[in-house]
Amino acid sequence: MMTDLNKALNEFCLRIADNSLIHAQRISEWTGHGPILEEDIAMSNVALDLIGQARGFYTYAAQIEANGKTEDVYAFHRGEREFRNKLMVELPDNKDFGFTMMKLFLNGCFDYLMFRDLMKSTDETISGLAAKSIKEVTYHVRHAGDWVVRLGDGTQESHERVQNSLNELWPFTNELFEQDNIDTLLITNGIAFDKESFRSEWTKMVTEIFAKATLSIPENNTYFPTGGLKGVHTEHFGFLLAEMQYLPRMYPDAVW
Amino acid sequence: MVTLELSEIWDLLNSIPDPEVPAISIVELGVVRDVRVTDSNIEVDITPTYSGCPALKNMEEQIRAKLLLVGLTPLIKTIYKPAWTTDWMSDETKEKLRAYGIAPPEKLSFENLHPFANNDKGPVACPFCSSTDTSLTSRFGSTACKALHFCNACCQPFEQFKCH
Repeated sequence: MMTDLNKALNEFCLRIADNSLIHAQRISEWTGHGPILEEDIAMSNVALDLIGQARGFYTYAAQIEANGKTEDVYAFHRGEREFRNKLMVELPDNKDFGFTMMKLFLNGCFDYLMFRDLMKSTDETISGLAAKSIKEVTYHVRHAGDWVVRLGDGTQESHERVQNSLNELWPFTNELFEQDNIDTLLITNGIAFDKESFRSEWTKMVTEIFAKATLSIPENNTYFPTGGLKGVHTEHFGFLLAEMQYLPRMYPDAVW
Repeated sequence: MVTLELSEIWDLLNSIPDPEVPAISIVELGVVRDVRVTDSNIEVDITPTYSGCPALKNMEEQIRAKLLLVGLTPLIKTIYKPAWTTDWMSDETKEKLRAYGIAPPEKLSFENLHPFANNDKGPVACPFCSSTDTSLTSRFGSTACKALHFCNACCQPFEQFKCH
């Protein structure tokens, strides 16, 4: 039996891992389809980093659960309702490179600030994984931020398309900061930190880049989709899982 | 019973080339963090360069194979703390990279730690002709740890080991 604190820690790790894995799965859809060779390689590299981060957190989650589960069980043998990723990362990119970069940028800025806090976690493994992940995330944000500026301050078409991406994604950013009693328990124990504490800094970060990109944050949003923490996902998610989990479910004895 | 000296084990590990950049060893790369000899066994700590580096598994297998030759079956642990950095490479290792045709990483600076900081340290010197008349082609290269550059002086594309 896990203690309440271990249960919370296990859930906390799965949330981070799920978010990185599902984001990576979406980004990896560009492999072989990138707009230019360099970006094709870039996106495969970014996806690889995110999968690596997910593996670290899954492995730790499994270690806490201590019942023989492995990272693969979490990734390939759970259903839709068991995944805790935010809705934003599962949204399909529909081959719109600007949409992918905007998503990477918005989520990346959040991850950057989250990992910066988690580096101070009293849990040694969490702080170690955070210190590792933040270096990669910093590089991703730098890359995605450059593209947001280039496309936003580019041609009329690129501006319109990346502004549309921002309009579509913005309502989903609210969910990034969502937290519940799992977080509260970990915050009390110095393992995690209040996400609200860096919300204004996040807003400042994205606003700074949007100003350079001549993009504006949509106003008057009244609907902010949510559900990831409870495992309630968008209609797109089942299809993503079906593709991602096909092989290990079809061939249960397959090994790496 | 482990009969080898600790330094001999390090020497063995230092003879394993990085599978992606064979000019340097996995010890020079900084992936092997610690080796401990216990009464009955040997423990090796390794750390990934990048979280998703696909070569880590191969490095682990090579360590196993190399130590098995001297009758050892090591317990290999992956650790994350402290996080791997290119600053662990010695000047000698960096020179090996350059001689191999890969521009070595610069020293990590504070600017690397923030995504928006101006991290323009000027052009990277071409490993072939040493010219600094070069430009960045792509932040991402053939492996997680490298970026692509182009030398305008000798018209050669080249890779740089990213500062990380």
